Formats: sequence, C-alpha cells, structure tokens
Amino acid sequence: MSFFDVVFYLFAAITVIASTGVIVARNPVHAALCLVLAFCSGAGIWMLLEAEFLAIALVLVYVGAVMVLFLFVVMMLDINLVQLREGFWRWFPFGAALAGLMVFEMIWVLGSRQTADATIAVVHGADYSNTKELGRLIYTQYVYPFEIAAVILLVAMVAAIALTLRRRAGVKSQNIAEQVKVKKADRLRILSMKSEPKQ
Amino acid sequence: MNLMANIIPAAAEIFLLAMTCLILIVDVILAKHSKFITYALVQLTLLGCSIITVGTHENNVVYAFNNMYVDDLMSDVLKIISYLGMSMVLIYSRQYLKLRGLFTGEFMVLALFALLGMNVMISANHFLTLYLGLELLSLSLYAMVALQRDSAIATEAAMKYFVLGALASGLLLYGMSMLYGATGSLELGAISNAIMQGVPNKSLLAFGLVFILAGLAFKLGVVPFHMWVPDVYHGAPTAVTMLIGSVPKLAAFAFTTRILVEGLQSLEHDWSGMLIVLAIASMAIGNLSAIAQTNLKRMLAYSTITHMGFMLLGFISGGIEGYGSAMFYTVVYMMMSLGAFGMIMLLSRAGFEADTLNDFKGLNQRSPWLAFMMMLLMLSMAGIPPTVGFYAKFSVLNSIIQTGHTWLAIVAVMFSLIGAFYYLRIIKLMYFDTPESHTPILVGSDTGLLISINGLGVLFLGLMPGTLMSICAVSVQQSLLLH
Repeated sequence: MSFFDVVFYLFAAITVIASTGVIVARNPVHAALCLVLAFCSGAGIWMLLEAEFLAIALVLVYVGAVMVLFLFVVMMLDINLVQLREGFWRWFPFGAALAGLMVFEMIWVLGSRQTADATIAVVHGADYSNTKELGRLIYTQYVYPFEIAAVILLVAMVAAIALTLRRRAGVKSQNIAEQVKVKKADRLRILSMKSEPKQ
Repeated sequence: MNLMANIIPAAAEIFLLAMTCLILIVDVILAKHSKFITYALVQLTLLGCSIITVGTHENNVVYAFNNMYVDDLMSDVLKIISYLGMSMVLIYSRQYLKLRGLFTGEFMVLALFALLGMNVMISANHFLTLYLGLELLSLSLYAMVALQRDSAIATEAAMKYFVLGALASGLLLYGMSMLYGATGSLELGAISNAIMQGVPNKSLLAFGLVFILAGLAFKLGVVPFHMWVPDVYHGAPTAVTMLIGSVPKLAAFAFTTRILVEGLQSLEHDWSGMLIVLAIASMAIGNLSAIAQTNLKRMLAYSTITHMGFMLLGFISGGIEGYGSAMFYTVVYMMMSLGAFGMIMLLSRAGFEADTLNDFKGLNQRSPWLAFMMMLLMLSMAGIPPTVGFYAKFSVLNSIIQTGHTWLAIVAVMFSLIGAFYYLRIIKLMYFDTPESHTPILVGSDTGLLISINGLGVLFLGLMPGTLMSICAVSVQQSLLLH
C-alpha cells in the first residue's frame, strides 16, 4: 500500500464517518459542522486526483460561504427536532428498502468495472496548472453551456428578488431619511396661551 | 474556431437573451402604471426572434459551439411555434394578471427566460446543454408559480413542483452520468455511434436508460411520475398554469426526441417497451381520474397526462410517420390547451376564478360565441371530427397500426372514448344547464379576437391539416434521419 493509498483511505474514511454524522447527529448545529468536515475531506480527495481548482473552490464556496449561511439559518430558526423525527420508524422499512436497492444497483454497475474510460488518469508535472486548463476549456469548448449557466444564475437572482421584495401595508419600520429631514415645525406646536392669573 | 459560424445559427437565442436583459433594466426605470411598455417590448422581442429564426434558416443541419448546438428544420419550426405560443400566453393573461396585481416586469422577464430555456433544449445536441436548458426553464417556472405570494395554495404548488422537479433533475443527471460512463461521451451523435459500435458494459447502459426515462417521464408528467401535475396546475395562478401546460410541451417533445431518437436510437427496442407501459398507464389513470374532478384546472391537468401518454404512442411506432405525428400532436395540444386555459381567464374577474365546472353552466345564455368557441376546443380535445384533435389522434393511431401494434391502438381508442365523457360534460353544462350567476362577461378586444382565432383555428386545421402535417413530417425527416 503506497502513501497515496493510505491518504486516500484516510480521507475516504473521514468522509464516510462525517457524512454519517450529518444524518445521525441530534443537534442540527453538529450536523452542519459534520457536513463541513465531509466537504473538507472531500476536497482532500479531489486534491489527490490533481483537481486543485475544484478542491479549493469546494472549500471556499461550500465551506466558506454556503455552510456559514446554513449555520446562521440553523441557529436562527427554532427547529423542533422531536416533530421532525416523528415519522422515522414508520418510514424506516420503506427507506431501508430503497437504500438497499441503491446499494445493490451500485454494486452491480461498479462491480462490472467495465466503463469506456477505464484507463488510469495521466499524471502531470508540477508546472501543470489545473486552473488554467479549466479556464481555457470553459471559455473555448464549453463557452455555450457556461453562458447558459450564467443565465441560470441571473434567473435565480431575479426570482429571489421577485419573491422576497414586496411592500406590505401596515408594517411599522423606521424611515431614517424622513427622520433626519424632520423640522421643528413637524413635531412641535407652539400655542400662545393666556397666562393664568396668580391665585 | 470561426466566431460568426457559431453565432449566426444561435442568433435568435442571443437576441432573446439580450432583449430580456434590456427589458429587465427598462422595467426597473418605468413607473408602476406604465407596464404596458414592458409588455409591448416583450411582444416585439418575440416578433424579432421569429424574424431572426426565419432569416437564419438553413436547409441543412448546422452544428455550432463544438457540436453542442444544432440548428435544423425541426428546431426552427418548434421555435417559431414556441414564440407564437408565448405571445398568445401573454395576450391571454394580460387582463387576468392586471386584476391580480401580477402584471409586473418580473413575470414577463421570467416568461422570456423560460422561453430561452425551451429554445436551448430544442436546439441542444449535448447532454450538458439539454440539462442546462431544462434547468433554466424549470427554475423560471418554479418562481412564476410562487409569484402570488399571498396565496397559500400557490405556495404549496410551487414547493411541490420545486421538490419533485429537483428529484427528476437528479434522476436525469444520474442517468446521464451512467451513459457517460458507458459510452465515454456526452454528445448525442457520439453516444449514438458508441452504442452502435458496441458497448462493453450493457448493464450500465440499461440502468442509464431507465434513469433517463424516469426523469423524462417526470418532466412530461406521465404516469407513474404524474403526481405533481394536478396540484401544480390547480395551485398556480391560471396564467402560469397556461404557460406550464402549453409551450413547454414543445420543448419536452424536442427533449424526448433528441435523447431517445438521436442519442439512443439503437436502444429503441428497450425504450419502446418502457414507453408502452408509460403510455397505457397515463391514458388509463389520466382519463379515469379526470372524470372525478369538479375543478376545471385539475381536470385539464389529468387531460394533459392523457394527452402526453397519447403523444408517446407516436414515439413507440417510430419512423417519419411516428415522430411526425407525435410532433403534430404536441403542436395541436399546445393550441387546444392555450384556448381552454384562455377561456378560464376570460370568464374570471377580479377576485373570482372561473375554474370550477359549475362556472361554465349555461354559458350559452351568457355568451353564445364564447360557448361555441369552448365547444370547438372541447370537441378537439376529445378528438371528434371535424376538429384538429381528431386528425392528431388519427395520425398517431394510423402510424401505430402500421407498425403492427394494433392492440395498442385499440386500447388507446377505448380510453379516448372514456375521456370523451368529461369533455362532452362541459358542452352539456354550457348548453343545457341554467347559469348560476348572470354577471356580465367582460372580454377585451385583444383576448376576444385571440380566442376566436384559437377556436376557429382548431376547426380550420381540422378541415385542412395537410400543411401542418407535412411541415412536421418534413422537419422530422430532415432533422432525425438524414444524419
């Protein structure tokens, strides 16, 4: 067993354990943190495959941005776990049967070990830049799907704004600009009164 | 890589995207009461797209962007029909949306993005573009279903649509990845060649095919992957239901054709068997469930399931006739469903949805012309001559009998007979029952004209279906069998 294999199995084991932790952890914050660990070890496996760009993107985007956001959501929402776990045992046989089917199928497909490209990947030298190659492909051969992906992101943005930005009537919120612009005459009314005679 | 050789075939899509972005910006500047300008710009964009698509038409099949994009006669015809359909959707729904405060720039921009997604799917020659086009379409539709924020039923529909749609995309992607593993390519032509030369791992190919078919069936909404259809059709605002139920069917047809016929033609023996099961189950469950519905939108949802099952019969028979008749059926179905949903919106008012069967009682006394149009549309959906629905069913059945599946044709006819009941029930309600309310029906001049064209078009095409049928046959022949 080479050093490469040892590192691979180490990362793979951490990924599997962390992923199991995501679904069995009672505390949603622990589950989210386990997911972070799974992403990090997944990035390690990608690094072994010389996909440095993907590994770094996974850490930066998923661990750095998405999971932090997710943790915020988990902490802010009051999730009732008892309610979530209510139907667990009732649905367990069904879920287990489905999972068993998937495992069986994967063993069947992967066990035959005959894919079109079963050759071992080319190992490149240290001066080979994975990021540069990806960039070159994205902007030449894959420019059309890349542009469509960009449009999908634009749609997501438009949809998110269309669904959340709306003015509701009767909401009590501060309008800072109005507050700053306020004049004495708007708030204060000076009445001239006759002074009362001394008693 | 020659830049112009890539851009010219895709000019219509590029124009559509540029105009959509422009409209997005213009709409922000416009005042709230001048949304008519946005609307006019959208219609002009659709007109411009049609002109460009006709102008850049070539007689042979053109590939662009490293074989990811294909421009052939079928894609041109389907795109032009989709512009027409989208334009009709917007005309029908303008008044309806205005009364519900949904006549906003976002609605129209999302509709254009959905159209762009459909066009990407129609012209895709690569699994990556097929999938991205599908996601672009679906994402826009999910958002449009949820646009009516204060309606609980619309939010529920959007949630169901989103979750089940994501599941279907997952199935589709899983299948695509298996096919990639088996053939080593994502391009449809290369996959077809690889399968023809023989693939070492047959079981991987079979699993991939099953997953892809399940994903396709989800998107088409055929049994047993139909659960989302009635809830989404019922819950969404009628304008959005009309959009979901009409134009995307063209893209779904193109999607199915590209994957099954262009990519997996050599596996026809495998997938046609699966399609037979899907088609029979859809016709059975769709027709039988539609009878029990009291809500017209739900009834039309089950009717969609049936029609999609019927359309699949064309794929089962195969050949120019089979695929051509399936394309004809899809186009005709789009027209009929536009008319039927348009009628629901015509009868609706502010705060009132005319979406139950009772709202159609005695329509003849309230508005004889609208009742007549609805009768034509319903006769066409039931497949009764002289409307075009008859000819569409006839051509599909004809092709399937020619390939020797006579029993399948008999089953299809039996279920169509059962289906005729609930279409004819609406005609009975309109002509022989007394109306429940006598509120006058206010029809705008544009929608009134459009519903007349739509209803009479169904009749006219039924009397002379030759032109459209030959366009479908020729485009299928040019696009699928000559390369």
